[in-house]
Amino acid sequence: MADQAPPSSRRAADVAPPRSDRNRWNWLLLLPIVLPLLVPLYNRRDPELFGWPFFYWVQLLFVAVGVVTTTLVLRAHQRRKQG
Amino acid sequence: MAGVNTVELAVFILFFVVVTALGFGAARWRRAESLMHLDEWGLGGRSFGTWITWFLIGGDIYTAYTFVAVPALVFGAGAAGFFAVPYTVVVYPLIFLVVIRLWSVSHVRGFVTPADFVRSRFDSPTMALLVAVTGIVATMPYIALQLVGIEAVLKTMGVTGELPIIVAFLILAVYTYSSGLRAPALIAFVKDTLIYLTIIVAVIVIPTKLGGWDVVFGAAEEKFDLAGTGGLLLPGTGQLQYATLALGSALALFLYPHSITGALAAKSRGTLQKNMSLLPVYSLALGFIALLGYMAIAAGTTPVDGDGNTVVPALFQQMFPSWFAGVAFAAVGIGALVPAAIMSIAAANLFTRNIYKEYLKKDATPENEAKVAKLASLVVKVGAVAAIIFIDPQFSIDLQLIGGAIILQTLPAVGIGLYTRWLHRGALVAGWTAGMLTALWALYEIPRLGPGGVVVREHFGGSAFSLSELGFDTATTIYAGFLALLVNLVVVVVVTLVLRAMQVDDGVDGTAPNDYTAEREDPSVRDLPDPLASAPGADPQRG
Repeated sequence: MADQAPPSSRRAADVAPPRSDRNRWNWLLLLPIVLPLLVPLYNRRDPELFGWPFFYWVQLLFVAVGVVTTTLVLRAHQRRKQG
Repeated sequence: MAGVNTVELAVFILFFVVVTALGFGAARWRRAESLMHLDEWGLGGRSFGTWITWFLIGGDIYTAYTFVAVPALVFGAGAAGFFAVPYTVVVYPLIFLVVIRLWSVSHVRGFVTPADFVRSRFDSPTMALLVAVTGIVATMPYIALQLVGIEAVLKTMGVTGELPIIVAFLILAVYTYSSGLRAPALIAFVKDTLIYLTIIVAVIVIPTKLGGWDVVFGAAEEKFDLAGTGGLLLPGTGQLQYATLALGSALALFLYPHSITGALAAKSRGTLQKNMSLLPVYSLALGFIALLGYMAIAAGTTPVDGDGNTVVPALFQQMFPSWFAGVAFAAVGIGALVPAAIMSIAAANLFTRNIYKEYLKKDATPENEAKVAKLASLVVKVGAVAAIIFIDPQFSIDLQLIGGAIILQTLPAVGIGLYTRWLHRGALVAGWTAGMLTALWALYEIPRLGPGGVVVREHFGGSAFSLSELGFDTATTIYAGFLALLVNLVVVVVVTLVLRAMQVDDGVDGTAPNDYTAEREDPSVRDLPDPLASAPGADPQRG
């Protein structure tokens, strides 16, 4: 099987140019996906922070990891698009 | 019940009136040529920029029910209720690359719903119908749950009876009818401003009043030790459930028709990607909201009428002056309207495009479609109100639980389909069926346990499926929806191999590889596409 050309009579000018979403930076996205799933690693009390058990503050830290990595990947995609 | 708190109620009603005015005003905001076209009404003309999209998707995902139920869960069970945080961390990187492909192909081919995509990609009206029906069935109880959120707030203010809820939803129904997707986008601004204000104040004021965070966590630990259930940390056997529930919920989130409706309304791929890195701000807020559950324990809050969902409103009432509690309640109330509006629009789109036009009236004009969609959105909302009034709200909660598990079964067609067409259309149907049966069976087998491990209810008691049911010698539990998805995937792959070996026809792909990476600037990307022009396998009189 292969992605076949569209069957209808689409004009050539109507078709998007070939591009790719592939980018080495995409691998960074694995970090915020995998980290929160490794529950046994953070299911504990110590070290505490401002009275918060580790379990709670580290998961809020994962939010920050998610923001940073998605922003970096977004930048990489934007660079690719411009240049 | 003590009497009605008039100050709270006055503030609540004030905000509700403002929001209603906004909702009606939305019809004139960024008005396009004609609202009588499904794309315009149901997708807001597909031209929302970064900020509007942020508010819209944010309002879509972090619903009133979330704000009420997550802390209620943490209040009752402790750490297990905190899964909402990893769930909303995992979701954005997970779909960062996927959702932009859906955006592109939808804008090139004129898809409004996930079922549109499946029909064209796999040339399978059957699978499209299954996706549409799954979407509608999963969305309906979700709308009903938004009412549970409003009900919790009203109850806390001392307002009882069904009339206020009926009024609130009538207002919602009328302005969604007249303004389409722009109504929720606009009122989401108000909702989020109120929510953030409430959360920031709550997180600073309440722990200070209670004597600090260590007191809050300490009180919670003491309560769980006494009760013998729940805890500040997860039991060893609950860790797999925690991870699979977070991952499964994240995978399910963007299969829900209302999230897709929100995403497709974005202006460009860049808008969506920017949102994937901005939306976690809500997750941070959600983390603090979840901990309101522990604050309620430390403050000795008791739920109104033993209804767990009233824990947070009751805490606000106890801790804040009445006028500010009113603001907080308005935040929850309005927070219910935004997602309910988007959900009813998404369900209406599914019905109109994939059931009405596909099976009932093949020659429907765009005006026909818009009319039917508007009517369907009304029917869906009336259904939700009726469900809350006539049926035990617990039933909606059960249904929503099932909804999450069954929407996950559309992942191979909608999610994996964005990357490959290798999966055979017949196999997708087989996998969906197997996954659906597994999900229902597993959820049916889950009992609800009360304190001390006593079985309170025999069936549909939660989402944590015990692996011992499968013959494993363990007390470990796993998210039922995730288990069903695994079964689904295995069946899809095996049946695909068989069907491909037998060389069964797999239809014609109605999309082209370049469609999936199309940018807004490309000539092929259209704002108001004519879906009929690019529908594959369209018979002559339709083409």
